[in-house]
Amino acid sequence: MNQALEPLVYTELLQLYAEYTATVDAGNWDGWPEFFTEDCVYKLQPRENHERGLPLATLHFHSKGMLQDRVYGIRETLFHDPYYQRHVVSLPRVLAVDRGRWFLEANYAVFRTKLGEISTVFNVGRYLDEVVRVDGALKFASRFCIYDSEMIPNAIIYPI
Amino acid sequence: MNDAPITLPSSPGWPGDGVHRVPYWVYTDPDTYRRELERFYYAGHWCYIGLEAEIPHPGDFRRSVVGERSVIMVRTQDGGVRVLENVCAHRGAQFCRERQGNRKEFVCPYHQWAYDLEGKLRGIPYRRGIRQDGQLNGGMPADFQMEGRGLTSLKVAVRGGVVFASFDHSLESFEDYLGPTILSYFDRVFDGRKLKILGYNRQRIPGNWKLMQENIKDPYHPGLLHSWFVTFGLWRADSKTSLKMDPHKRHAAMIGVRSVGKPAGDVVSGVTSYKADMSLRDPRQLDIVPEEWWKGPTAVMLTLFPSLIIQQQVNSLSMRHIQPRGPGVFDFVWTHFAFEDDSDEMIQRRLLQANLFGPSGYVSADDGEVIEFSQMGFQEKPDQQCLLEMGGHDSEEATNIASETLIRGMYQYWRRVMGV
Repeated sequence: MNQALEPLVYTELLQLYAEYTATVDAGNWDGWPEFFTEDCVYKLQPRENHERGLPLATLHFHSKGMLQDRVYGIRETLFHDPYYQRHVVSLPRVLAVDRGRWFLEANYAVFRTKLGEISTVFNVGRYLDEVVRVDGALKFASRFCIYDSEMIPNAIIYPI
Repeated sequence: MNDAPITLPSSPGWPGDGVHRVPYWVYTDPDTYRRELERFYYAGHWCYIGLEAEIPHPGDFRRSVVGERSVIMVRTQDGGVRVLENVCAHRGAQFCRERQGNRKEFVCPYHQWAYDLEGKLRGIPYRRGIRQDGQLNGGMPADFQMEGRGLTSLKVAVRGGVVFASFDHSLESFEDYLGPTILSYFDRVFDGRKLKILGYNRQRIPGNWKLMQENIKDPYHPGLLHSWFVTFGLWRADSKTSLKMDPHKRHAAMIGVRSVGKPAGDVVSGVTSYKADMSLRDPRQLDIVPEEWWKGPTAVMLTLFPSLIIQQQVNSLSMRHIQPRGPGVFDFVWTHFAFEDDSDEMIQRRLLQANLFGPSGYVSADDGEVIEFSQMGFQEKPDQQCLLEMGGHDSEEATNIASETLIRGMYQYWRRVMGV
């Protein structure tokens, strides 16, 4: 069940995390779904729901297609005040390794900067991830963003 | 947040006799806001507290608010529901800090005054004093009565599993408060079926609390602001709509039937949010299955003044609790729910359709954004006026989306209660 983690694989996982962060911070929305498998699960969920086993999520996507639909929404349909986002992500902690599946968690803090405004703490939580290898590349089979932040400052538009 | 003190001259008076002009100061003036709390939240009105399904067992409790006041909704030993103010009778400490849990009694940590689940005072440490050298010293006076020294207990109404409360014990019944028309739409959702909590979303919106009531009394915006509503026909100009109110015009129902198929040219001409070629890569997010209890309408949005919006939009259901925190900011707390007898498929469907709603939702995230922009405009010029003439100057019921009649109705009521 719990197999040893090869150092080279950990380096690859670090690269996956770093690239994901750079992509969502750069506003490269088209690049975001490419980090996921076709039948991935992506959730942005308040910590209360997660800990109490309540299934509602702020965002709940069940496929790469839904992530692409979200990208369309960000770009074409969701009217919003534009902002920069900047993630600071901890080193991932490996929870388990099981036959080509890596289970990890990492802390994150996202800062938001609106035009002409001071930067503020936007959303704080942790990623709970399952990573697999598809055609040689590491992808998220699931990424749950479980946030501590008790209040969303109005709206979250872009992917965490 | 955007809750800076207002230093500009306030309350210059209401412009004219009607309600087709609303001055900006109603959204910014701190004195007006204090009076609103007193007159709408703390007297004369039923406020939303929560759902019975959140406290199924004796001793279960969950915190909520009435206006800015913290309250505790609790299931008593005999199965009833109490709503108690979260303020210790002794030194005023807001003693309950957990969000929810189960208790046999409530004990204030400061001096351990203990209350039962009904809110009655049951224990005061050293009430009879402290024995020193064979004598009782200190303690409460001999004539001190525990009776009547408990937590403030609110008047409670429970209907269809939904809990409302008021500090005002002389308030009319919940049924009379809603009036027959609005009550019938309330009962359409809460017809006695047991509810199942799906979870919560919380957002803090930098705008006046009334703007959220107005947003859901405004059928003019969904087909313009929200592409999903226009493109997928969920709410647009060719949708069969009716706008209803209670006799006081404080509550309202926006009732809609989804348009199927592509809209005719005049419905969407000039509507830039309409995307003729938009389609979903994964259509499961809009896998709508009609339910028998809808009885026709595919969406009914209820605004219960002052504190609640009840959403049924296709298969997604939520209670949206308005929690004011000052003239320029409110918290908006969403409780999504299903029914106990729903199939797993229906619950999955409700959860996926929840992507449309909440602080990131396809047809909701932008409501919070535009409310923030309105508030920004209001704060700059409190003596300017909103122009609310869509559908005329009066506040009669209507059957089309190009109408602001429900907002005008609300201000007719607001002016009467506020004496403005």
